[in-house]
Amino acid sequence: MARTIAADALGVEFKNAQPEAASSPENIRAPSASRTITLAVEDMHCGGCMRKVETALLGVPGVAAARANLSARRATVIFDRGAGVGAVAPLVDALDKAGFKAAELAPETVDNEKNNPARPLLARLAVAGFAAANIMLLSVSVWSGKGGGAGDPTHALFHWLSAVIALPVVAYAGQPFFSSAWGVLKRGRVNMDVPISLAIWLSAIMSLYQTFRGTDQVYFDACVTLLFFLLIGRYLDQRVRVKARGAAENLIGLQSRWAHVIAQDGTVERLPSRLVEPGMRIAVAAGERFPADGVIASGTTTVDESLITGETTPRTAAVDAVVYAGSVNLGGPVEMEARAAESDTLLAQIGRLMATAEQARGRYVRLADRAARFYAPMVHSLALASFIGWMIAGAGWEHSLTIAIAVLIITCPCALALAVPAVQVAASARLFDKGILLKAPDGLERLAETDVAVFDKTGTLTAGIPSLANGDTIDDATLKAASALAAASRHPYAQAVAQAAKARFGAVSAAGGVEEKPGFGLRWATDGGEERLGSAAWCGLDDAQASSASLWYTRPGAAPVAFRFEDKLREDAAVTVDALTRAGYRVELLSGDRIEAVASAASAAHIADWRAGLKPDEKIARLDKLKAEGHRVLMVGDGLNDAPALAAAHASASPSSAADISQTASDAVFQGAKLSPVVELLATAKKARRMSFQNFAIAFGYNIVFVPLAIAGFVNPLVAAIAMSTSSILVTLNAVRLRTAKLEIKA
Amino acid sequence: MTSLAWLIPIALFLGALGLGGFIWALKSGQYEDLDGAAWRALEDDPPEKPQAGV
Repeated sequence: MARTIAADALGVEFKNAQPEAASSPENIRAPSASRTITLAVEDMHCGGCMRKVETALLGVPGVAAARANLSARRATVIFDRGAGVGAVAPLVDALDKAGFKAAELAPETVDNEKNNPARPLLARLAVAGFAAANIMLLSVSVWSGKGGGAGDPTHALFHWLSAVIALPVVAYAGQPFFSSAWGVLKRGRVNMDVPISLAIWLSAIMSLYQTFRGTDQVYFDACVTLLFFLLIGRYLDQRVRVKARGAAENLIGLQSRWAHVIAQDGTVERLPSRLVEPGMRIAVAAGERFPADGVIASGTTTVDESLITGETTPRTAAVDAVVYAGSVNLGGPVEMEARAAESDTLLAQIGRLMATAEQARGRYVRLADRAARFYAPMVHSLALASFIGWMIAGAGWEHSLTIAIAVLIITCPCALALAVPAVQVAASARLFDKGILLKAPDGLERLAETDVAVFDKTGTLTAGIPSLANGDTIDDATLKAASALAAASRHPYAQAVAQAAKARFGAVSAAGGVEEKPGFGLRWATDGGEERLGSAAWCGLDDAQASSASLWYTRPGAAPVAFRFEDKLREDAAVTVDALTRAGYRVELLSGDRIEAVASAASAAHIADWRAGLKPDEKIARLDKLKAEGHRVLMVGDGLNDAPALAAAHASASPSSAADISQTASDAVFQGAKLSPVVELLATAKKARRMSFQNFAIAFGYNIVFVPLAIAGFVNPLVAAIAMSTSSILVTLNAVRLRTAKLEIKA
Repeated sequence: MTSLAWLIPIALFLGALGLGGFIWALKSGQYEDLDGAAWRALEDDPPEKPQAGV
């Protein structure tokens, strides 16, 4: 019985959690918002996972119901009425134990999901489809009727039936077009929805008038079929956007971090880092990321700021030193005081730079809109010209208007409306399969236009993790001894030493009793004396040796051993760059890192054109210069310092390890340890662009054949409807090819 | 003519029934998770909530 009750509660509660337009939101929001939590769950791939997730969530005390959504990779949890609010941590822990990474989604994000714009569109689509099928049935009967003619009562009955079905359907299902058309008309402009709305209403009203009069031509079928096909296009378009946005929100949600906030009374509370306010004291353990901008309040540590500045060498930070959100605390545990709300924080500066950069990009006009801008006035004048022409020829206003409507309907862009969305759906599905997430709906079009690829170094071209560079010169005994110390630390250099030892010996065990002094190094008291691993100063070496290596290892009675480190390139970085160069791309490297580090990475990745030590605004300046030279730039970057450049570039991509803000600014996010998704992304974008043009060609080609026929008055509603359907289906089939096509990148 | 008087309303009614069913399914959220629904059909029982206090 417990099962039934749970299922019932679920049904009822879910209904409540989704406010309908008609019901008053205050009544529903308040209670349901306090008891419903939506989580993004990573790695949920099949029915089994879904079940594990639900079982794990139901096991948490206070949970009344849990339901996983496999398509959206989300889970909704409803708490018992009496249970408290905000108990997210036990849910995340429970899922963690079951093997899933999860994070709470911001409530405003989830509300967006509820008001999913694709859903009402699907209802309108169904209504239009129903009407189209039924009216077509009646119309085909009329048209195949053996010359029943206008006087036949069956003929008239069928027309009346068509009218009764069509008029309410047009009024309901056509609303997205009418409101859009009205919106632009009020601002004195024209878009594609204007001729659409005009054709639909003119044909509906004209047909109604002719039904009254009992003539034998009515356009209800063409009018409703047109609406049906247009709605398919609109729905496909909307679906790509909704899906991409949802996936992006999950990604960002999963990477949102926790902050351990210390209250006045000394208790520690775990809060999502987005809720941190200035003045809060936050405990940051070793190895954690700083959740906010602020200053160190107590303790000394080293900070890895590679994500923010691109500088790979960790920085020592003592009390009052400024730390930025996203950097990693490498040393000991510290307390920080958040200062994030001040307008001169790094985040705020980057935000301002991004806002300016994005404004410039906001003016980009989508391919379909550009086609529409030139197409809409043409359609209007063509229809008007036909009307005037037939009036002059003495056909009478009724016949002339019928022909003008036929022209409007024939030229009405169902195929044109489908051309781009169908390709977009196919392209984003293809990319999604390959681990690339397309975020911006117009991203593909902008990606296809690029001719310069600009890479960031740390974390983009490289893996962002240091590795031991001079391992070959270090003997086994030394490496083994040093790794026993190194394994005790989370410093990336120490980890790199441990990794190198692991690669050589198979396993590494940490020595007991190793002491770490944050910002300096490690020491270990042995019987023979003290062993040390750390900076030159820590190991008691002079200045001459200090800069020649990153880490030193000393033990009594032996010469100090130097460990050098490098940030290794992603394994296919050079191959990817070569592929881009062959395809005619100009490739550049812009980095905030030191000259030597950038120079060696550039030569290893076969990039001739590089610049080092750049600040965020200098990167933008470089992008602006390229733009001024007439180039369209693709920016690939991951750091916080790249975010403004990502926003400023014509198109952008970032790896899934990138900072939240960079992923937000990017058009596409790619997963995995390789760089080759960039090539796949560009190849797909270019192919998609070619396919959109092919589709436009199909749509226009059909117009070229049928428009003269319509102007000449030979097109009856049946021909119009069949021609329209055929061109729409052709366009869709063409787009479907993209999912499986073999692609090669060509500039 | 008389057969039409029956058949057309019946055809429209059946069509409307289908449409109504679709919109009901849409409103009750059955199109929210198409991938998940495909898997749920294979499951024996939905997971049960452990009894409180156990």
